[in-house]
Amino acid sequence: MSGNRVTVATAWLDGCSGCHMSFLDMDERLVELADKIDIVYSPLVDSKTLPEQVDVGILEGSISNEEDLHKAQEFRRHCKLLVSLGDCAVNGNVPAMRNPFKLDAVFERSYRDNVDTQPQIPTEGVPSLFKTVRPIHGVVQVDVFVPGCPPHADTIYYILSELIGGRTPDPSQVTRFGA
Amino acid sequence: MPRTPPATQVRVVTLTIDGQALSAREDETIIEVCRENKIPIPSLCWMDGLSIVGACRLCVVEMAGSPRLSAACSTRVAEGMQITTNSERLQRYRRTLVEMLFAERNHVCSVCVSNGHCELQWLAQTCGVDHVRMPYRNHAYDVDSSHEMFRVDHNRCVLCTRCVRVCDEIEGAHTWDVMGRGSDCKVITDLARPWGDSDTCTSCGKCVQVCPTGALVKQGTSVGEMVKDQQFLPILARRRHIR
Repeated sequence: MSGNRVTVATAWLDGCSGCHMSFLDMDERLVELADKIDIVYSPLVDSKTLPEQVDVGILEGSISNEEDLHKAQEFRRHCKLLVSLGDCAVNGNVPAMRNPFKLDAVFERSYRDNVDTQPQIPTEGVPSLFKTVRPIHGVVQVDVFVPGCPPHADTIYYILSELIGGRTPDPSQVTRFGA
Repeated sequence: MPRTPPATQVRVVTLTIDGQALSAREDETIIEVCRENKIPIPSLCWMDGLSIVGACRLCVVEMAGSPRLSAACSTRVAEGMQITTNSERLQRYRRTLVEMLFAERNHVCSVCVSNGHCELQWLAQTCGVDHVRMPYRNHAYDVDSSHEMFRVDHNRCVLCTRCVRVCDEIEGAHTWDVMGRGSDCKVITDLARPWGDSDTCTSCGKCVQVCPTGALVKQGTSVGEMVKDQQFLPILARRRHIR
């Protein structure tokens, strides 16, 4: 791995992976980016551990359970700059639509009411859900907010290019809630 | 503030807005002069053709010699006025106002029928709101789909009262009103009966067209499909005054 390249880590919390798909949707620009960045940790690569020091951390999805919180805190600890990518990360979006309901009611609806065979609430090997879904900046400090559902590939390219160039991107120029 | 019919003889005053020397009729408000001169001021409750309530405060401006801010929609121009529309302080206040609107109810742009055609969404982008700093209230609001043509989703309502005013002042039906205080405040039809049971609603759809968000929409619309047409309002309002 080249020493001069910007290291980037990404993670997929409570979201649909659409923001990561949009990342891949940068097409041939990915080749150009590959000369400038090293993706050191991500669902898109094979490495299993977050390196001690990462330049840019990108989080997709909201904070809905213990694992999301843990990952967000890990990213904050290890990344110099933290980016909230997409509406779920920025404002809770679809995952947060359960917030007006009680958690029990959500469980009943998801794991009993709409299930035909063997309705049961999973308890083993799954992180426990929080009562309230929060955006990333509800639990750790975030440096750059990129709204959009998902943010367009052009938006992600713009944000990354600005960050790589050492500039502060202005996401409102290129994206909005729900874009 | 009721709309005043254009008088036959009005004086012209001169004023400066953002350093630009302008002249205007003395019966005009600051926001009207700004709109005529393509000076952008965000607004939500104000609408050309409806009476003025000055409720949303997004159009606040600074006036030289006055320590407090004035709503551009409910302040008439005067000779020698010096107005600033876009200082850092004003940007900060507007940003906070828009964020509070998002935090108050459940505006989930990505799955809203008005996605891409919403004034609140557009305001957030133009005011630079890329996230909401205060915690969301997460309070559940009703959706009333009882009307055969239209639907009201209180989760998306910003209480601008455009629907109340257009129904009363333009359609003359006065189906809409406002009920409750604080977070219980909501727009209602016919003394809080289901919209579909309304005796007074003429199903004209004016409320739906003037609604800035996805609160009042046509039945059967899917995400992003609710495009509104507000052209009719200034035309109708002006004809009223000419009559």
